[in-house]
Amino acid sequence: MEELLLEKVSTITGAEAVVKCLLAENVEVMFGYPGGAIMPVYDALYDYQEELKHILTRHEQGAIHAAQGYARSSGRVGVCIATSGPGATNLITGIADAQIDSTPLVCITGQVHAHLLGTDAFQETDVVGISMPVTKWNCQVTKAEDIPTVLAKAFYIARSGRPGPVLVDITKDAQFGHVEFEYEKCNQIRSYVPKPKVDYLCVKAAAELINEAKKPLVVFGQGVILAEAEKEFKAFIEKAGLPAAWTIMGLSALPSNHELNVGMLGMHGNYAPNKLTNECDVLIAVGMRFDDRVTGNLEQYAKQAKVIHLEIDPAEVDKNVKTTVAVVGDCKASLKQLTALLKDQKHTHWLTNFKELKAIENEKVIQNETNPLVGDMTMGEVIAQINKVTKGEAVVVTDVGQHQMVACRYAEFNQTKSSITSGGLGTMGFCLPAAIGAKFGAPQRQVIAVIGDGGFQMTIQELGTIFQTQIEVKVLILNNQFLGMVRQWQELFFDKRYSSTEMVNPDFQMIAKGYGMAANKVEKRSSLEAAVKEMLTYEGSYLLEVMVGKENNVFPMIETGASVSDIRLE
Amino acid sequence: MKTQFTISVLTENHIGLLNRVSIIFTRRRINIESIAVSESEVKGIHRYTIVITEEEELVKKVIKQLEKQIDVVGAFYYNNDELVYQEIALYKIPTNVLVAGGKAEQIVRHHNARFLAVEPEFSIIEKTGHKEETQVLFNELEPYGILEFVRSGRVAITKPMKQLKEYLKELEITSLNN
Repeated sequence: MEELLLEKVSTITGAEAVVKCLLAENVEVMFGYPGGAIMPVYDALYDYQEELKHILTRHEQGAIHAAQGYARSSGRVGVCIATSGPGATNLITGIADAQIDSTPLVCITGQVHAHLLGTDAFQETDVVGISMPVTKWNCQVTKAEDIPTVLAKAFYIARSGRPGPVLVDITKDAQFGHVEFEYEKCNQIRSYVPKPKVDYLCVKAAAELINEAKKPLVVFGQGVILAEAEKEFKAFIEKAGLPAAWTIMGLSALPSNHELNVGMLGMHGNYAPNKLTNECDVLIAVGMRFDDRVTGNLEQYAKQAKVIHLEIDPAEVDKNVKTTVAVVGDCKASLKQLTALLKDQKHTHWLTNFKELKAIENEKVIQNETNPLVGDMTMGEVIAQINKVTKGEAVVVTDVGQHQMVACRYAEFNQTKSSITSGGLGTMGFCLPAAIGAKFGAPQRQVIAVIGDGGFQMTIQELGTIFQTQIEVKVLILNNQFLGMVRQWQELFFDKRYSSTEMVNPDFQMIAKGYGMAANKVEKRSSLEAAVKEMLTYEGSYLLEVMVGKENNVFPMIETGASVSDIRLE
Repeated sequence: MKTQFTISVLTENHIGLLNRVSIIFTRRRINIESIAVSESEVKGIHRYTIVITEEEELVKKVIKQLEKQIDVVGAFYYNNDELVYQEIALYKIPTNVLVAGGKAEQIVRHHNARFLAVEPEFSIIEKTGHKEETQVLFNELEPYGILEFVRSGRVAITKPMKQLKEYLKELEITSLNN
């Protein structure tokens, strides 16, 4: 008893308190990079290496993307840590990415001594000010005793409601200071309503619309995954026979081969769901936010339809598309209530429309992309080979650009949290570090990083992180020697004036070898299948570079400013 | 159609929150015509009174973005006729023009303004009212040479009877995470 009391009143440093808070939140792995202003925390971490794994990345941007990948594959809060000044500013891209893609993160930055704040001290930057527009919440701590409550709040805010990134900036004197450590998890903030209560009257109104609909279409996003509502979602569409199309962030929430999965929405999405968005009579949006890449021209988007929006964030309701019925709240709860009120339906005739349009897309685009018999290799056929081996079981992490669109269009998934990509922000360089984090978040699963030659070189240094940690990541470089998506736009909209898009690339195999990573390069179709198989069955990390056609384009395509129904097949 | 609206934001008292609130306006290129911040009738809760002229649809979206901020307790918007509002203006004019002719006294009486200070070199007049009213006084005093002029942001009280304390009680329930 006396010992217990003693333990309670004995103090620890603020730095150690940071570590103890992380342990209290069951953090097992974090990603970071040390530096002057965060050194006390790193010193404390030294004593907790058994309990808390710290992954040293090669750049703070790598650390935050890894934390994002971890959060996305595991469904838990990703944690990253960096020093003040440049360390902190290097996190900003990842924070902005996590904010727009609703990824739960707690970012801890060191800060100069409180008495130096505002003096332009060495490595001082106002990271709280800089990160304010791109964080769900942020806070500066200048006293050791505030660390436990602030971090408890940080974790609560990051993971609850619509998740997002939180930044906690801790001055060096707060890390050195002492605190009587006591940790109480936060589970309520009076000014914050994470899950608005579902209004049953709205659910009823939505159910009536769906039951009356002749041509309903469901469009769903990451909200289904974040709410862990995959089962409820499946039951919902199956009961009423609702065709369901996904945004890039919703990919893998519904198995690829599900008969009601009608494909991807948006600019490079599938033909049928885009076309039929403008023919449906009731559009049911679940956990998505009508991004402009999904809707095309809003003036010509589903104007004929009644719109139902199931959404946890009230600020998304009526932001871009006016709803007929909004069901605000956690979709896990609302879907359940809604399904109970639905009639069993099949909508066979309406579904035939999707099949017919799919056949057209198949003939005009998909066949040539995934199974070309002659000519240059295509990105699509590489993904098709991947599918053959993974059978939809792998986590596929993508970067940004043509390969991203192709991978998301053609990769097959059987389980949720399997597609990880930078959707809203479109951050090149996201993939490699995110794949590292994804592997830490789902160690039992195979993780494949699909990257273009451009994006790979934005965070190529993270090969060093793979080397040091010996984590197993398969790196697939789809090399077209161009910044392909920009080149495609230059071809289509800028008279083929290829301004600064051609890449002269290094020998990627040799670079991989320098990091002790097995590598191979494929230039001929005849050796593709075996090379993909070799990569995916090899024990350990592996880099495979595939030389694809230099000037291939991604189709279908909805041009900027065009309507979804004006989607081009060629 | 753009109309003038008064936005009332209730927040916790945290450093940096003013920045978070103003970012929501600047990001959408909305000009803040006036802003006044003070502690409300409930200790620890601050009230921001912000005046903007925008289309109502946009104002609704801004309100939702404000409410989305973790430390914002609530955000509401009002037409001018739903409020009782007031601004305060201070005018510094040379004392010698006041003395000469007695015209200034007339003006002050007429506008229900008052003298806060009379110094040998300058005098300070205070006038409370709507912006239009303080502007009329400005216009009338201008010929006498206004040395300095300052007008506060609008402060406003709503006519509806909902009490902040009741609202906070409701929040205690709705903010539970389950």
